[in-house]
Amino acid sequence: MDELKDLIAEQIPRLRRYARALVGGRAQADDLVQDTLERGWARRHLWRRGSDPRAWLFTIMHNLHVNQVRGRVRAPGLTPLEDNAPEHAWRPAAEEALIVRDLARALEQLPPEYRETVLLIGLEQMSYQEAAEVLGVPVGTVMSRLARGRERLRALMSGQTQPTLRRVK
Amino acid sequence: MTRNGAIPESELHAYVDDRLDPARRAEIEAHLAADPEAAERVRAYRRQNETLHELFDPTLDEPVPERLAAALAPRRGAVWLRSGALAASVATAFLLGWYLRGAPPAAVVAEAALARQAAIAHAVYTPEVLHPVEVRAEQEEHLTKWLSKRLGSSVRAPHLGAAGFELVGGRLLPGGGRPAAQFMYQDARGGRLTLYVSAEASDNRETAFRYAREGSLGVFYWVDGPLGYALAGELERERLLAVAEAVYHDLNR
Repeated sequence: MDELKDLIAEQIPRLRRYARALVGGRAQADDLVQDTLERGWARRHLWRRGSDPRAWLFTIMHNLHVNQVRGRVRAPGLTPLEDNAPEHAWRPAAEEALIVRDLARALEQLPPEYRETVLLIGLEQMSYQEAAEVLGVPVGTVMSRLARGRERLRALMSGQTQPTLRRVK
Repeated sequence: MTRNGAIPESELHAYVDDRLDPARRAEIEAHLAADPEAAERVRAYRRQNETLHELFDPTLDEPVPERLAAALAPRRGAVWLRSGALAASVATAFLLGWYLRGAPPAAVVAEAALARQAAIAHAVYTPEVLHPVEVRAEQEEHLTKWLSKRLGSSVRAPHLGAAGFELVGGRLLPGGGRPAAQFMYQDARGGRLTLYVSAEASDNRETAFRYAREGSLGVFYWVDGPLGYALAGELERERLLAVAEAVYHDLNR
């Protein structure tokens, strides 16, 4: 099992990057990573030797995140937990900063399923097939979420407001 | 690609993500040269990918917090807290309990309600000058007996002197359908903390610390056996966490 432990530990930086992009604040993101690691570790007997630990861990994180988002929706009136302000560790040039900040803000406005899809592919560079497995949806759904998510980001960043969107699976 | 029509959406994205074979890529490129609208979208999408990396890649180089490295060891909440690791070590049993069962996250909602009730009670009673508590610390034994009886579970006020807070006293409060208790503490400068204790958690679970913030008020809350606890105070997160750990240790002595 030490082999698996090392494989999981190797994934921590990437899990943290994805979580940070997904939920924003550092503490909140690390909470999600910690939940993911603990759940993964508790279920380590379910891991198939030789299979990709990254996809497995990202799937766990996806499921936890979905549950958290649902939990929040069912508890109206709650302030989002943890620090709200996303923390970014870099200092870009002024003009660049504007674009980058805009994307961070636009990302927050995406429905969670679009955000996940855009991040898994654009940031984590997963194949469409891998993203489909992590998200538990068909590849076609990944493609349509990706297209809509990216187009939404583009619209948000060019200052266009879109009419209320339909939730598309 | 259709002969005269637009590039299929899926291929446009596969092009952006560099997932096409060279022949197909060349065809798309040729098409894009004649379709400024599509070319503009491709540029925008690529820029999104680059910006995502600029934004979030720095996370990859951050040192991994100890609590995350420690998550890969079969240890339980109490040990974690003692090790000084940061909060939110969700007890494995709890997580598996309700996630795997596929039950709705009612438990989480209930705990968030705990934090909220604690925050409200804190806001109502800490500004009180004349009557901050019903029973003062001088009658601590009476206080804990009375509250234990009303909550139907053994309750006691942790001693937080080492963290710089002395017990002021406590009171009985309406919880979500059941009685709850509030203990109030004060430091040397008059800063007040409250510990809200609720007997609503029916099953014997143990959760990690969770953190919520409402304005300047921070709340750490957790469930330990039959009781839910929420420590509220206008302190920085780290400082409040240290006190929450002191509460936890004192109650588990």
